[in-house]
Amino acid sequence: MTEQATAAARSAPDFTDLVRLEHVQKYFGAVHALRDINLRIGPNEIVGLIGDNGAGKSTLIKTMTGVLKPSSGRIFVRDKELPLSDYSVRMAHDLSIETVYQDKSLGEKQPLWRNFFVGRQIVNRWGFIDVKREKEIANDILLNTIGFRGVGIGVDSTIANLSGGERQGIAIGRAMHYDADLIILDEPTAALGVAEVRKVVDFVRRIKSSGRSCVYIEHNLAHVHEVADRLIVLDRGAIVSDISPRDMSVVELTEYLIDLQHKN
Amino acid sequence: MAIQTPSRPGIMSRIEGAPIIAVFLVLLALFMWLSPQVFLQPYQYTTFLSTLPPIILLAVGLTFVIGAGEIDLCFPAILGFSGYIFAVIFKEGQADIVAWLGASDSDWIASPLAGAIIQWSAVPASLLAGVLVGYVNGVLVANIGIPSFIATLGTQFFWYGVASILSGGKSYALRGAEDSSVWQVIVGRPFASSSVDWLQQVPIQALWTGIIVVVMWFVLNRHRFGEHMLFLGDSNAVAAVVGIDVRREKRKLFTLMGFLAAIASIFLTLENKNYFGNQGQGYLLIAIASVLIGGTSIFGGRATVIGTLFGCFIIAIVEPGLVAAGLTGSWVNAVRGLIFLIAIVFYLYVDEPQRRRSLRARFARLTSFGRAGPVE
Repeated sequence: MTEQATAAARSAPDFTDLVRLEHVQKYFGAVHALRDINLRIGPNEIVGLIGDNGAGKSTLIKTMTGVLKPSSGRIFVRDKELPLSDYSVRMAHDLSIETVYQDKSLGEKQPLWRNFFVGRQIVNRWGFIDVKREKEIANDILLNTIGFRGVGIGVDSTIANLSGGERQGIAIGRAMHYDADLIILDEPTAALGVAEVRKVVDFVRRIKSSGRSCVYIEHNLAHVHEVADRLIVLDRGAIVSDISPRDMSVVELTEYLIDLQHKN
Repeated sequence: MAIQTPSRPGIMSRIEGAPIIAVFLVLLALFMWLSPQVFLQPYQYTTFLSTLPPIILLAVGLTFVIGAGEIDLCFPAILGFSGYIFAVIFKEGQADIVAWLGASDSDWIASPLAGAIIQWSAVPASLLAGVLVGYVNGVLVANIGIPSFIATLGTQFFWYGVASILSGGKSYALRGAEDSSVWQVIVGRPFASSSVDWLQQVPIQALWTGIIVVVMWFVLNRHRFGEHMLFLGDSNAVAAVVGIDVRREKRKLFTLMGFLAAIASIFLTLENKNYFGNQGQGYLLIAIASVLIGGTSIFGGRATVIGTLFGCFIIAIVEPGLVAAGLTGSWVNAVRGLIFLIAIVFYLYVDEPQRRRSLRARFARLTSFGRAGPVE
């Protein structure tokens, strides 16, 4: 399926919000990590999530993707409320939500093809993996979804031998392969070189043009400003503003964030 | 984008365990040259076929455990505990049941058929005991979060203690075991009536062990479970975010180890026709050394069943090799230790340079062997 066709198929969703969080609270012991979070992610929307270290960005997305359970509140996916006690990473995968973590998404010593399928292997009824088919599909993702051509990377390459940008490409390509409606990127450009960052930003654009949604956590305001439809600012566990990048330049945004730090 | 092009893999990396197979062949050739009277005769090899199976089963189980970044020190106690369960039911089960029922010698329960059934029931009972011990280890590590090194050290003490309490410190000589169908099927000599003298001694447990090794190779390399073990060994955090149920898979891992150790305990007890309370204590270091000599990563994430198999062969061949060459038995462990250390250094520096970094990082952080428990 081409990206255009996929986008067309996604053009008429029968829901208003892909993901909606209502009054979500999260405590770690006495620490109030998320304070009354109300957030909605629309279809085909790129939402930038920004905030200082420790503002709760990672906690928020982990809560959204079933890694952490919220202390209270409600989570809706495609307008349907989730049973929070059963919510897990697997369930998020089934709901077509994929997460690409900073550096914890890929098994370093494992070959590419295993990384594409781990957790969702193509197996026969006894649980044995169809290695040939997995490799074929992995090769297809490499060439067509990620666009690695002639760079000496194959399905048997070990992740440890890839550059940071290539790893992000693999992780994002995996998410796109699973036809995720929502791809969550947790600081994908941390520790990347300039050329590699361009590549990741291009991946985010691909997410948008293929009709999917994306939550993009980023330290570098210029990168996120460039691709996001909407910017959510988190501060000390609470959402403090919801900004359209059209209304605020990168410089203004930077000043706003610095002011926010001084205010408190 | 600067990428290092992966060069075409050499023969050493295309064949699983190739370096260690080469080392084994060199050692074998050396011993054949030094002591042709032993190593060019079949008898030494038929002896291996009966002594190696328990070690191989333990080492293959440990390949999974170490590959998953954990360690199990409890398995020698499973040889003791499961072996006790097996021996006591095998030897005294029928007599105890007859006495408990107050049955007479003419009752069915006292018949040879009932005796055979009770002896056979020792097999599942012993396996169940091993599975139980392994599962408890899994719960301690996965759910309670005790580092596996500590948890299984504790359970090793505990289960040896339990076996000792139950057996009262006695050993059980299984005299006449070779007449039972259990013995015939599990550790029998299928060619006993052959006219070739060494063939008479070929034991059937070598076949069973071979089948188990092949199955475990497929489980590690081709099954979902094996892949989960490798990802767990790579990183528990990655395993969790790709949707692996870290706790459940670790419970399964230790349960599998318990199961394989229980099979080993049955082989050992039947082959020796004897159970003694601290049986298995000599296997701890031998089994771990075999796995690491074979090339399974001490940091987890990489594991090789074939390497482990040849690691076992190397560990086993050293003893008769040195003794036949005229050295005393005292040399055996020193040479084994030397081979072990050379192998570790080889894998660290030649096979995978990134291990050096993680070794330094590990010592810098002063973390223990085995990860500190479940992630978040």
